Amino acid sequence: MSIEVRNLSKHFGAYTALGNVSLKVDTGRLTALLGPSGSGKTTLLRIIAGLEYPDPSADPEAGRVLFHGEDVSHVAAGKRGVGFVFQHYALFKHMTVSDNIAFGLTVLPRATRPSREQIAARVRELLGLVQLDQLGGRLPDQLSGGQRQRVALARALAVNPKVLLLDEPFGALDAQVRKEMRSWLRRLHEQIHVTTVFVTHDQEEALELADEVVVMNNARIEQVGDPQEVYDRPVSPFVIEFLGNVNRLAAGTGKLRTPGEDVLYVRPHDVDIQRGTSDPHALRARVLHVFSAGSYGRVLLQRADSGEQFEAEIARDRLGDLELKQGEEVNVVFRHVRLFPRGEFTEADVRDGRLSEAPRPGAPPVHGAGEHI
Amino acid sequence: MSDSSTATAARVEARLEGDCLHVAVGGQWRITRNRPAWADVLAARTPARVRLEPAADLAAWDSSLVLFADEARRWCEGHDAYCDLTALPPAVTQLVTQIAGAQVGNVPPPRAAPNLLAWLGGLATDAWRRTHNNTEFVGECALGVLFVLRHPRKFRWRDCLGEMQQCGAKALPIVGLISFLVGVTLAYTGALVLRQVGGDIWLADLIGLAMVREMAAVMTAVVLAGRTGAAFAATLGNMKAGEEIDAFVTLGIRPVVFLVLPRVVALGLMTPLLALYANALGMIGGLVVAKQVLSIQPSAYWVEMLANVSLSDIATGMIKAVAFGLIVGLAGCLRGLQAERSAAGVGRAATSAVVTALLLLVVADAVFAVLFHILGL
Repeated sequence: MSIEVRNLSKHFGAYTALGNVSLKVDTGRLTALLGPSGSGKTTLLRIIAGLEYPDPSADPEAGRVLFHGEDVSHVAAGKRGVGFVFQHYALFKHMTVSDNIAFGLTVLPRATRPSREQIAARVRELLGLVQLDQLGGRLPDQLSGGQRQRVALARALAVNPKVLLLDEPFGALDAQVRKEMRSWLRRLHEQIHVTTVFVTHDQEEALELADEVVVMNNARIEQVGDPQEVYDRPVSPFVIEFLGNVNRLAAGTGKLRTPGEDVLYVRPHDVDIQRGTSDPHALRARVLHVFSAGSYGRVLLQRADSGEQFEAEIARDRLGDLELKQGEEVNVVFRHVRLFPRGEFTEADVRDGRLSEAPRPGAPPVHGAGEHI
Repeated sequence: MSDSSTATAARVEARLEGDCLHVAVGGQWRITRNRPAWADVLAARTPARVRLEPAADLAAWDSSLVLFADEARRWCEGHDAYCDLTALPPAVTQLVTQIAGAQVGNVPPPRAAPNLLAWLGGLATDAWRRTHNNTEFVGECALGVLFVLRHPRKFRWRDCLGEMQQCGAKALPIVGLISFLVGVTLAYTGALVLRQVGGDIWLADLIGLAMVREMAAVMTAVVLAGRTGAAFAATLGNMKAGEEIDAFVTLGIRPVVFLVLPRVVALGLMTPLLALYANALGMIGGLVVAKQVLSIQPSAYWVEMLANVSLSDIATGMIKAVAFGLIVGLAGCLRGLQAERSAAGVGRAATSAVVTALLLLVVADAVFAVLFHILGL
C-alpha cells in the first residue's frame, strides 16, 4: 500500500506546521521522517493517519492524502486501515496486555469481528511476534519501557493495518534499549513487510533503520532519498549539518580557492592528516589537541591561513603511527567535500559547539568566545 | 580605564561598493556605552547586500556588538537585503542566529492603549472559535446518541455501571451530609421569620418545598460538578495528553460513544436518585431543628408537609436533576476532550469543567424557574 500526500499545508494559529508538503512512499518501504523538533514531521504523520486535517485549500488537488492511489482525505482515521504507535505508547492502563492487543479486534462490528478463539489465537501470535509470550496477563504499568513499546506495536498490528505509522518510536527509551529495538524493528519489518513510516529526530536511527529518509526542516521537506544518498549527496547545508558532525570552513580564502565565496563542508572522517610532504598546495594546519580515547581518535586542528578550527577523525592505529604533537604543523587532505554558497544561516549553525540537539527557541544564549556580559 | 575606553569607543565605518555596503566595526564595544545606530550607518542608503567586517582595531566586544549586528540583520530581513555576518567573530554570528531564532514570547506587551477594534475583533474570533468547538461537541454527542440508538449493543454498559457506582453510590455520604446541613440551615433561617408571625408549623412546608423543588437538585448537582465533573475532565484530559484518545480514533472507535456517553448517561441516571436521597436528608435535617428549637412534634411536621408538597413538586425537582446531571457530565467531558496535551492542560481542564458546569447550572435553573412558572407546575 503506497502513501501519497499532495501539497499539504497546516497552520496552528499563526504557526506554520507544514508548508505545501508533497511526498510519496512506496509499498512495503520503511521510511523515516527526520528533522529537528518543530519541523512538522509529527504533524505530517498525524495527517496521514487522519488524526489531523490539512488546511482547506481552494485547489481541489491540494491537501489530499492517497493510499494506493485512492483518495482517503475524507475517510475517518479508524477506517483508513492504519496502525499507529504513539510516542508515549498510549496503552489502555486498566486493561491487560492481551486485552490491549485484542482491543482493536473486539470493537469491530459483529459482521467482521473474528470469533473469540480467533482473537485469542491472534493475540498469542502477536505476543510471540513481539517476544512477550509470557506477559499477556500483565497490566501496562508492570512492564518496562521497551516492553510497552512492543505491546503498542502489537496492538497496532492486530488489525492487520495496511500502513504502519510510528511517532518517535524509540524516543522515550534509554540508549541501550533503543539500539536493540532498532534492529528488532528492522527484522520485524522484513518479516511483515507493511508500508511503514516513522518519525525521528535521531539521524543515526533514520540512517540505520530506514529504506528511505525524508529530511524535514521548518515545515518543509529538504530532501528525500535512501540513507546513502542523503548522507553522501546532501542538497542543502541544513541536511549536511543535521546528518552528523561536519566541519564548516570558509572557502575562497587562503589555500581553499573556489570561484565564489562558498562554505566548504567536510565530515571529520573525511579529513586525513599527513606529515612530511612539502606540497605547496596542501592545506597547512596546526594540531591543537588530540583526543585518543574512544573507538577512533579525534584531532582538533586549526587552519594556518584563516585560523578556523576543525576536527578530524582518524583510526587509532593510524593516529599512533602519526605521533602527532600538540602545536606542530601538518598537511591536511580532504577526501570528500561539499560546497554550498555562503547563504542564509541554518539552524545547525547555532550548534557550532556541535551540541547534540539544536537549542530550543527561548533557551538562554550559549556563551562562546569573546567577552560577554 | 575610562580614558582608554573613550579613546577607542565603538566605531563604525561604512563604504558602499557596488550594491554591497561594507561596514567595518572597530573600537571597544561596551553595552554600558553608546553604540552607533544602524540607521545612522545606513544614512538613507538601501544596499542590496550588507557585509559586517571587523576592523583591525576591534578590541573587546560584548552584547553591544551583538545587538548592533542583530539590528543590521533585522533591517536586511525587512528590506530583502542579503546580510553577511560571517566575517565577524564566530561567537557574534552564533549569538545573532540565536536571537533570530528565539521566540519573542516573554516580552511584555507594549504599554500603549490597546486598539479597541483589535480587542473587539480578538474577542469575537475567540467567541466564534469557542462556539464552533462547543457546537461541534454537542453535535457529535447527538450523533453518538443516534448511533447508540441504532446499535444498542455498542453502548458501554459496563463502563456506564462503573461510572454509576463512582458518581452515584460513592457520592452518597457527601450528598447526604450537605443536604442534611442545608435542611438544618433552612430550618434555622425559616424559624427566624415564621416565629415572628406564630406560624412555626409552616416550617415543614418551607423546607419541604424548598428542598424538593430547588435545593436538592441544585446542591446535588453542585457536589457532582466538583466531584464527578472535574474527575471526568481530568480523566479524559489525561487520556488526551497520553494520546489514548487518538489511539481510540485510529482503532475506529468514536471517543464520544466510548468515553463520553457512558459517563453522561451515568450522571443523568444517578443525579435524580441522589436528589431524591437529598430530599429525604434535607427534610430530616429540618425535622430535627423543628423538634429541638421550635418543639414541633415530628408527626405534626410530617402531616403538614404532606399537605403541601405534592408529587408534581417532586417531579419538577427530578426533571431538573436529570438536566443538571447531563449538564455536569457534558461540561466535564467537553473540557476534558478540549484539554491541551500537557499536565498543566489537564489541571486547567478540571478547573474549567467545574466553572462551566456551575455557570450552566445556574442558567438552566433560572430557565426552569421561568418555564415551570409559565406551565404552572
